[in-house]
Amino acid sequence: MKFIDILQTASSSLFRSKARTFLTVIAVFIGAMTITLTNGIGTGIKSYLNKQIGNLGAPNVLIVQLTTKNASPTSGPAKYTYNPNASLSASGFGDRQLLMNLNDLTIIKSIPNVTSVVPAHSIAADYIVGTGDKYQLALAQQFGPSTAYMVAGYGVDNNSSQQQISIPESYVGPLGYSNNQAVIGKIVTIGITSAEGIQSTVTATVTGVQQKNLIGETAAYGNNALVDLLNNIQNTGIPKATANTFQTAYASFPSSLTTAQVNSLKNQLTAKGFTGKTIKDEESTIFTVIDTIIIIFDMFGVIALLAASFGIVNTLLMSVQDRTKEIGLMKALGMSPRKIFALFSIEAVMIGFWGSVLGVGFAALIGSAINAIGRHGFLKDFPGLSLLTFPLTTVFTVIIAIMLIAFLAGTLPALRASRKDPIEALRYE
Amino acid sequence: MNQPIMITAKHVTKIYGKGEAALAALDDIDLAIKPGESVAVIGKSGSGKSTLMHVLALLDKPTEGSVLVGDNDASSMSGRQLDLLRNKSYGFVFQQFFLNANDTVLNNVILPLKIAGVGRKERNARGIKALKAVELDDKTYSWAADLSGGQKQRVCIARALINDPSVIFADEPTGNLDSHTGKIVEDLLFRLNKELGITLIIVTHDEDIAARCSRQIHIKDGTLVKRGEI
Repeated sequence: MKFIDILQTASSSLFRSKARTFLTVIAVFIGAMTITLTNGIGTGIKSYLNKQIGNLGAPNVLIVQLTTKNASPTSGPAKYTYNPNASLSASGFGDRQLLMNLNDLTIIKSIPNVTSVVPAHSIAADYIVGTGDKYQLALAQQFGPSTAYMVAGYGVDNNSSQQQISIPESYVGPLGYSNNQAVIGKIVTIGITSAEGIQSTVTATVTGVQQKNLIGETAAYGNNALVDLLNNIQNTGIPKATANTFQTAYASFPSSLTTAQVNSLKNQLTAKGFTGKTIKDEESTIFTVIDTIIIIFDMFGVIALLAASFGIVNTLLMSVQDRTKEIGLMKALGMSPRKIFALFSIEAVMIGFWGSVLGVGFAALIGSAINAIGRHGFLKDFPGLSLLTFPLTTVFTVIIAIMLIAFLAGTLPALRASRKDPIEALRYE
Repeated sequence: MNQPIMITAKHVTKIYGKGEAALAALDDIDLAIKPGESVAVIGKSGSGKSTLMHVLALLDKPTEGSVLVGDNDASSMSGRQLDLLRNKSYGFVFQQFFLNANDTVLNNVILPLKIAGVGRKERNARGIKALKAVELDDKTYSWAADLSGGQKQRVCIARALINDPSVIFADEPTGNLDSHTGKIVEDLLFRLNKELGITLIIVTHDEDIAARCSRQIHIKDGTLVKRGEI
């Protein structure tokens, strides 16, 4: 029998017992839909977070801190040894972070492949003003090249000597501009108070308007020129030793470095008492959590598919029983056991195929409906988030995997069919 | 038309079961069927006549002895070769028809060609030709379920005929038919035997059909008996 005839025969015998086939396909359908939806959510959230984390900084920057032996609940605090250069800060969670000084920056800079080291300043600006009233300003430091998504203009340039700032979309109105485009290239004024209590102002050029995002949503970004200037002003009057301490430094490296080279760079930092993490490292921590959650959800789909595969076994066993005579006749007329096996296996695979295609298709339909509703409703505050994303590779993997599962489920009935004795089968009433 | 095939049974014994429960359905049967013969295998139910047909048709293997197809011992042939032989050279007509009721007459008739892997166009043409031979070409696209018993058996004959077989095995071909339609089917089978020279092996307990055959083989308790011994 030709393959096309086997396909056609299998499909017509599936169609003959419509109710039975339909119910089995439904079982596969539910499994396929569940897996596609959970994976769709996983992919959607991950690609969104990828963009969001991208907003925080370039991939070729290491976030460097001094390695701290944190007090664990059982061992208590680490022993104090006198070190005039070390100072300690405590965060709200009880973690303590050693503060770096300029000497540390020199050490980091001396490590091969580190192209530049910039201390992370925390700027406490008083206000920002455009053409109207003064508004409070949260200013973050841009490290590395800008990777934030801009709805207008460009990100700030750290190589520029001009003071630059990029602002969130929500700042445009308060600064007195009618639309995102209008504010680009305009000069804004930032007020800042020194340690001595003297308020002064600094101007900056607006280079871009950032898309609203989940992380660092309300912060404006300043380039090094702006942040250094503001930092100098706010540190005026503070003793030099204290002024030049910071929790974090950003070390840039050439983006051409391989993963192995980056790892060796991190190891050298570790050897010198620092901890270096790239944005990717931070990201992978989050992704591990997401992946775990998705896998747990996937288990529901897998359980549904497991149930469905027993449905396939049952359906086909019934089919083999019903068609005992037909099988006997085909064998008597010279159909080989292998072809009989193929015939029933393909019926199983077809059930898998229809179930998975319909399931995946329906999931995609639900997904785009949810995305469309979400964009105007519950996800309004997360522009750029497609809650469900269905890459073609995932879709095909799900379909192929389910067809494979269906094939495996079909082997038992197909084997039973292929082993039927034609005489017994023909005698069967 | 296929090559004429001589079928020879040598000391064929078929035993079902083991030990004390063992039952010899066939006991040391020697038989030769020449090409173009029409042979009736006659016996009561349980006499072993169906088993003999199954063994001769290579659907079943004898426990002892051998079946020769021409000069070849069937026991030395592979499963694939046996399948091919049955598909290409043998035709089957069964008492219970074994038609697929949910399919068209044509699709039922062309099943052997479909199994052989013949293309759609050719097999449909040959199917229509076979249906013409049994005078059912007006039912080509009817559902098999809609036919009368006699028509169904003629469809079966068309199916047996489609491969241009050398031998047709008919197991009680008129067993489920009334005497009038039975006669039509009977006439058809003997016409094929006469006109096309197809060897006919008919298992029956109908004395009328048996009488029309060129040779009668009586079987009782698994052994052949001479006519006078019954």
